[in-house]
Amino acid sequence: MLQLFQHLGHQTLSSFRKLGRGSYFLVNTLRGFPNILIRPRLLVNQMYSVGVLSFLIITISGLFVGMVLSLQGYYTLSDFGAEASLGVMVATALVRELGPVVTALLFAGRAGSALTAEVGLMKATEQLSGMEMMAVDPIQRIIAPRYLAGIISMPILAILFSSIGVLGGHLVGVGMLNVDDGAYWAQMQSKLDFRDDIINGMIKSLVFGCVVTWIALFEGYDAIPTSEGVSRATTRTVVNSAFAILGLDFILTAMMFGD
Amino acid sequence: MQHTHTQDTLVGLFVAAGIVGLFFLAMHVSNLGSFVDNDDGYVVTARFQNSGGLKIKSPVSMAGVKIGQISDISLDKNHRSIVKMKIKSEYNNLPSDTSASIFTAGLLGEQYVNLEPGGMDDFLKDKSEIDITQSAIILEQALGQFLFKKSADDAHK
Amino acid sequence: MENSHNVSHNLVSVHNLSFYHGQRKIFDNISMNFERGKITAIMGPSGTGKTTLLKLIGGQLVPSNGKVIVDGQNVQQLTRTQLYELRKKMGMLFQSGALLTDLNVYDNVAFPLREHTHLPESMIRTLVLMKLQAIGLRGARNLMPNELSGGMARRVALARAIALDPLMIMYDEPFTGQDPISLGVLLHLIKALNTTLGLTSIIVSHDVHETSAIADYIYVISDGKVVDQGTPQDIKHSDSDWVQQFMNGDADGPVHFHYPAPDYVDDLLSYSTH
Repeated sequence: MLQLFQHLGHQTLSSFRKLGRGSYFLVNTLRGFPNILIRPRLLVNQMYSVGVLSFLIITISGLFVGMVLSLQGYYTLSDFGAEASLGVMVATALVRELGPVVTALLFAGRAGSALTAEVGLMKATEQLSGMEMMAVDPIQRIIAPRYLAGIISMPILAILFSSIGVLGGHLVGVGMLNVDDGAYWAQMQSKLDFRDDIINGMIKSLVFGCVVTWIALFEGYDAIPTSEGVSRATTRTVVNSAFAILGLDFILTAMMFGD
Repeated sequence: MQHTHTQDTLVGLFVAAGIVGLFFLAMHVSNLGSFVDNDDGYVVTARFQNSGGLKIKSPVSMAGVKIGQISDISLDKNHRSIVKMKIKSEYNNLPSDTSASIFTAGLLGEQYVNLEPGGMDDFLKDKSEIDITQSAIILEQALGQFLFKKSADDAHK
Repeated sequence: MENSHNVSHNLVSVHNLSFYHGQRKIFDNISMNFERGKITAIMGPSGTGKTTLLKLIGGQLVPSNGKVIVDGQNVQQLTRTQLYELRKKMGMLFQSGALLTDLNVYDNVAFPLREHTHLPESMIRTLVLMKLQAIGLRGARNLMPNELSGGMARRVALARAIALDPLMIMYDEPFTGQDPISLGVLLHLIKALNTTLGLTSIIVSHDVHETSAIADYIYVISDGKVVDQGTPQDIKHSDSDWVQQFMNGDADGPVHFHYPAPDYVDDLLSYSTH
């Protein structure tokens, strides 16, 4: 029994310690941002591997999520004779929730795990240490551009996810299920507000971008520098990111759409 | 070098796609598109005893056609609700004795202002006030009155 | 020359240094001197914290006690900027080479130059080709690190370490896992760089023969203490049994072949008593 408490206390302490290291890491990373302005090439390279390479999985997922939403929504709405609201339903669900959340989850799996593995392996192969000895700060040179790329890419990906999703919903709803084309768009436009829905959705994905990329980079940087340590860190990135995304989504939704 | 050139192009396309997507969401999916041409509308006010569940941006319609939206709701010194409506400028031929009532779309739907045209020859202008108004029907009040009346009737018998 | 402090005889000196890793004591009050322009080796069995010592000198780790002086500066008292300035004068060759895997050989060697200087690309090209020529891999400039053999990767890392013309180079186990030819090349390079560039070299190794062949002075450490020091000749004729065993690679000696265990016969028979 005593051992259990000891174990719990130890776990709690070490998770706080990790949070502390993570915060310190975050502050150092942010301090590296001005440096990127001098060398935008570093950012562009990372935008490619973080953003562009996630493009395909995000757009394809968006298309299918929109199509499924439309199909499911149609069956429920048609029971009430409210098929005309299909566009509103699909767009609201995508822009407010599914766009930011699913994009962030996919991003954590696609780009986040890659970032953790990359940074973890750089640590394991002494590349980070080597940079330090060459008087180059690895946080500024390696971490900061990746972090900024993640923060910028996430909202772009979420926008693309939602846009493609709305079009996918249109494809199924109007193309296959014969919902009126005008009603699909008009109801959507009258019910969705740019600031309340679209901007809030973007704020969500921006927050997710900051958190997921932070988790991914820190797990890599903090990984035990062995192949097993890196593989564990990669798993932790995906799991912790998923928890963080879903938890934060609840809080942000309560704050934004609560009134 | 060729390699980084393609990368640059792809990153550029990626960012551009994001901007196009945002534009699409703003103009085609949300109401920003209607905001833009909304600036040249005119504002009329109406006082209601009770504006119920009316909210800013609730629709204003006439004969079932949306002609504007609520831009502001506040309280005057007599504790009545002042509702400002922005009407699209293309509908500049509303008679000055038009009446306004707060209706509910369906039994539980959202509330909106319905304008009923009058017969006067002059039209509502910017900052005009609609004099004839009918407040929102509060479902709880209506139910309460109905039950009260019914029990009073029962007592008489 | 008037400031005797700055041009002291020793480029690096370690004073009464202790270092703990958690509860474990890695170094216990050790002192060492590394003379300018000489090759000094630190030898000892695996797991005695030889790499840790290099990280302490490079300021990547902070000692629990004592101090490290590099080129007249106390490494632990420097601000971050001063430390980074000092590190430009130190080259370090990591065991794995630590080449940046997303850059080719040329860009790896150019990396410190591009990070720390504002030289035009033509000048960088000249410098990089000079360094690559010195290590004999000018022809391999377009290869990626994963296309290099272990020995080649270490040579490229060496070219990168000398790119900024440092005062000293620290070699972390440079001979481990090399075939005889690569080994010969590395030995030759370390010696040649030392004499032609006047570099101060610190080698951490447990490869006795190779290290003795090129070192001017050797420290032997074990269990966090310096057990012997001197020229390779002195060490070879050390009167310590332990050093003798280490240098000759004997299977048994003060360090026993067997890990501490109960008596063999008792152990074999103990099953029946359970």
